[in-house]
Order: sequence, then C-alpha cells, then structure tokens
Amino acid sequence: MRKTPNYNLIFGCTLTAITVSVIVLGFFWTPFDPDAMSSAEKSMAPSLKHLLGTDNFGRDILSRVMEGAGTTLSIAFLAVSIGATFGTIIGALTGYFGGTADEIIMRINDAITAFPSILLALVAVSITGGGKTNIIIVLGILFIPSFARVVRGEFAKQRDMDYVKNAKLMGVRHTRIMFVHILPNIAPVLLSAVAIGFNNAVLAEASMSFLGVGIRPTESASLGRMLLDSQAYLFSAPWQALSAGCAISILILGFSLISEGASYRPMWRPTTKRRRK
Amino acid sequence: MRYVLKKAGIFILTLLAISLIVFIAFQVIPGDPTTRMLGTQATPEKVAALREELGLNKPGIVRYFNWLTDFLKGDFGSSYTYHMPVNELISGKLSITAALTGMSFLMVLAISFPLGILRARFAHSIPDRIAMVFNQIIMSIPSFFIGIIFTYVFGLVFKFFTPGDFVQRAENPAAFWGYMVFPALAIAIPKSAMVVKLLRSSMIREMSEDYVRTAYSRGNSRWQVLRSHVMRNAIIPVVTFLAVTLVDIVAGSIIIEQVFAIPGLGRLLMTSIIGRDLPVVQTIIMIISIAVITVNYIADISYKYIDPRIRFR
Repeated sequence: MRKTPNYNLIFGCTLTAITVSVIVLGFFWTPFDPDAMSSAEKSMAPSLKHLLGTDNFGRDILSRVMEGAGTTLSIAFLAVSIGATFGTIIGALTGYFGGTADEIIMRINDAITAFPSILLALVAVSITGGGKTNIIIVLGILFIPSFARVVRGEFAKQRDMDYVKNAKLMGVRHTRIMFVHILPNIAPVLLSAVAIGFNNAVLAEASMSFLGVGIRPTESASLGRMLLDSQAYLFSAPWQALSAGCAISILILGFSLISEGASYRPMWRPTTKRRRK
Repeated sequence: MRYVLKKAGIFILTLLAISLIVFIAFQVIPGDPTTRMLGTQATPEKVAALREELGLNKPGIVRYFNWLTDFLKGDFGSSYTYHMPVNELISGKLSITAALTGMSFLMVLAISFPLGILRARFAHSIPDRIAMVFNQIIMSIPSFFIGIIFTYVFGLVFKFFTPGDFVQRAENPAAFWGYMVFPALAIAIPKSAMVVKLLRSSMIREMSEDYVRTAYSRGNSRWQVLRSHVMRNAIIPVVTFLAVTLVDIVAGSIIIEQVFAIPGLGRLLMTSIIGRDLPVVQTIIMIISIAVITVNYIADISYKYIDPRIRFR
C-alpha cells in the first residue's frame, strides 16, 4: 500500500508557521505604530503604503492585525498551557489509578463539557470582570476538563499494556511510569488536543472581545474588538472587517488542520474499499 | 420505560446541581446588591431594611431554597438596571432566541444531510476532494464573521434586508422570519460543515460492512442501500453530535444577535454582563442551562429509538 502524505498536517503546519512568524515579527516590528492615529488618512482603502488600508481613526490595519493576532495567540498559548498542564496531570492520575475518584471527576467533567465553552467563559468573565489576565485564567481553567478527558482515556488504555506491567514488575515508581513511560506514547493524541485547544482558545478570545467583554481597548489591539468596531464602518470601509475576520479564520484554520493531521492514523481511517462501479 | 425514568431522575438531579452551582457562583461575586440598588449614599437604616426585604440576612441554605422556589414559580427577582421584574424583561426575548435557534438548527439539518450523503456516495471523487477543502475552510470561519460578511453582501450591497431593522413577530410575522434567515444561516453554515464531515466519515465506515454487501447481493440499488441500510447505522454518532450542535447554536445565537442587532436573550445577557446586572445574568444562565441539560437528555433517550440494538438496563 502506498502511503499518502498527511496533507492536513503539512498544510496546517505551513499555515501556522507562516502566521506565527508574522505574529512574532509583529512583536518587534510593525509597518506603522498600531496606535498612531492620523486624521489625514482616515478609512483609506488598501494601497501600497497601507497594505490592508486604514481604519476610522487612520490607524494602519496591517499593524493592528499583527498586534491583535499576537494578543490572541499569546492568550491562547497561556490558556492552553494552563489547561494542558493541569488537564494532563488530572487525566493521568484518574486514568492510571481509576477507582471512585476517577468516576466522580469524570462525571463532573461530563457535566462541564456539556456546556459550550464560550458560554461558561462569558459567565466566568461576568463574575471576574474582563481584561487580559482574567481571560487567560478563565479560559485555562475551562480547558482543563477537555484535556483531562482525552488524557484519561489514553491512560486507561495504556495502563493494562505489557510494557506498563513490565515496568511495574521492575519496580518503577508510579509517577515515573506515568510521565516517562506512558506520556510519550500518547504524544500524538495530546498534540491533537493541544491544537484543538488553540483552535477553541482563539475562537473564544475573539468571540469575547467581539462581545465587548474580552480584551479592553486600552490594553492592546484585539482581532475580535477590531471586528466589533468595524461594523459601524462596514459600508464605507469593508476592508476593516475583512482583515480582522480573515486573520481569525486563518489562525483557526491552521490549528484545525494540525489537529486533523495529528489525529490521523491509517488504522483509524474509515476503511475504504474500492468503490463499486 | 425504566431507562427513561432513570434518566429522568438523573436529569432532575443535574438540574438541581446546576442551580446550586449557579447560586453559589453568583453569591461569591464581590459587592453588595443593596449598594447597587440604593447607591453609596444610602443610610444604614435603609440598607438594613432592604436587606431584610431581600432576605439577605438569612443563612445561605435558606436563601438558596427561597431562590429556587421563586425560580420555579417564575419569579426571577428584579433587574438592578431596569428596576422591573426579570421575567417581564425576558419573556419577549426568549421566544426570539428560541426562534433563531430553531430556525438555525433546521437549516443545519437541511444543509448537512443531503451534502453528507452525497459526499459519502461519491467519496474520494474529485468533487468530494474539492468539497473537503472547502469544508475545512468553512469550519474555520467563526459565525460572527460570516454574519458580518452577510450584512455587507446581502444587507448593504444587494439590499436583501436592512441591517438593524428588526421587526417583532407580533407586528409582522413574515418580516420577522425574513429578518431571521441570514442570522440563522450565519450560525448554521460552520455547524453544517462539521456535521457534513462527521456524517460522511460515519457513512463511509458503515459502507464497508458485511451487511451492506449482503444488501447489494439481494439486488438493492445503491441509493436504496444508502437510504435504508447505511443511514440507519451511520446516523447514531451523528445524533450525539447534533445534540452538541444544538447547544452550540444556542451559544452562537448570543453572539450573532450582536451582529444583526436582534433584541433577544443574548443581547440582554451581554448588556447585563457589561452593566453587571446580576439577577438578569443569573436567570438567563439558568434558562440556558436548563435548555442544555434538556437537549442532552432528549439525545440520550432518543438513542433507544434510533438504535433498537442498544439495550439499556
């Protein structure tokens, strides 16, 4: 059987690599100051000087998209780090040891994951108040159950495998078995979960900023906020909405392709017998 | 039947647990409601009188049961901002959001089933591969961005509808439903893409099973096999996902109501969150939670009817 290249993973990584390098570039250099207003250059269409045009305050949209995407990505990164770390620890412990605690924690998990994360995030933000730090903490905590669920499932599967039994017989400590023996074996699944986490984090941050409860306009530019502000100028300056919206979509597309590609296993693939002619 | 009853018991317990969590969550929020209602200049006597009236000096467990019985009676307290009962504030808006959600869900079904079946039928063909690329891209576009694109293309350029010109259903039902088409579609498109993808892979997996070969050997046409044999089995994982989708649509409508200026529950929720009008937020969260749990409950018991092989104890 000829192996087909994993196009999802290739395109996803390429796309994400490009967007991440643009974003990293944006941390050090943007074509213009993202906050510099200019009354002479209000709502200008894309041109050679301003590649994506300017907004209603005369700010360069490309610079703002770069800064906004950077904010979104760094929030996503921190939130996913919190979620993945605690989720993996909880999932590893419950999946490896099982028992009543596992049962109870998974019931709670089920109940939490039944709710759309954006809704829970909105509720949490209505309690804690908006702003960058709060969003990172809220999203990070909200991501714990989904990571815990994925990791737990894998650990429960690996727990009874021969190599784990072997290690136990050799007297390896439980923590070492969990994090040195089992964890590397579930890396692809974890990678897929991380990519989905990034995907959800970008979407959640953009949605919250779009709803006006996320990043405060005084903190930094944000893609969701740009989209919200652009609505009033949709007819006269559609490029404003288009740039911010496309930036969000491209970020999400990259991560969703990676998650798709990482979860790709020839044996998981739906059996594809030759089509009946 | 016993299964349905057992599930109903769990359903009610979950509702109680959620109500307790919501209650506690809104109790720990810093800030005294009396300050918000009377202002910072209120005399201590007035504050004490109001605390007595609101029952704030009773122990937490008593307040929880009072709140719960009031909630069940349909008394949701009164809004800090509007100084009117929350149920009056909500009643009209609930039906708007319900209409938007229902319409959007029907659209998801109407779009995704034909496309999913077609793509499974012509799996691995060139059109299917092209559709796969588009599917992946559409899945990545947030519904609020699709809403903005719709507003621009259909609202501002082609003038199919006037953005922001929402009509109440009581005034003009046709205009109301007409205005809802684009918001509902904006939510439905990314969700449909996900359902199409799942339905396609689920059907392809079933198509390689032995019973399918048997069905062919008995002289059934390809469409007959797909419709009455493969579909019956392929739909099972899709039902789970449809429940998730319906819940997501409810969440999506909160956002899309902002884009199209629809005065529904979502818009009220957002203004209440920003204005920190907690009784309103609390009530809307409870209503949405009840909806979420109900949807999951219905999905749970519907498996039995879709797949008679499943035996529940």
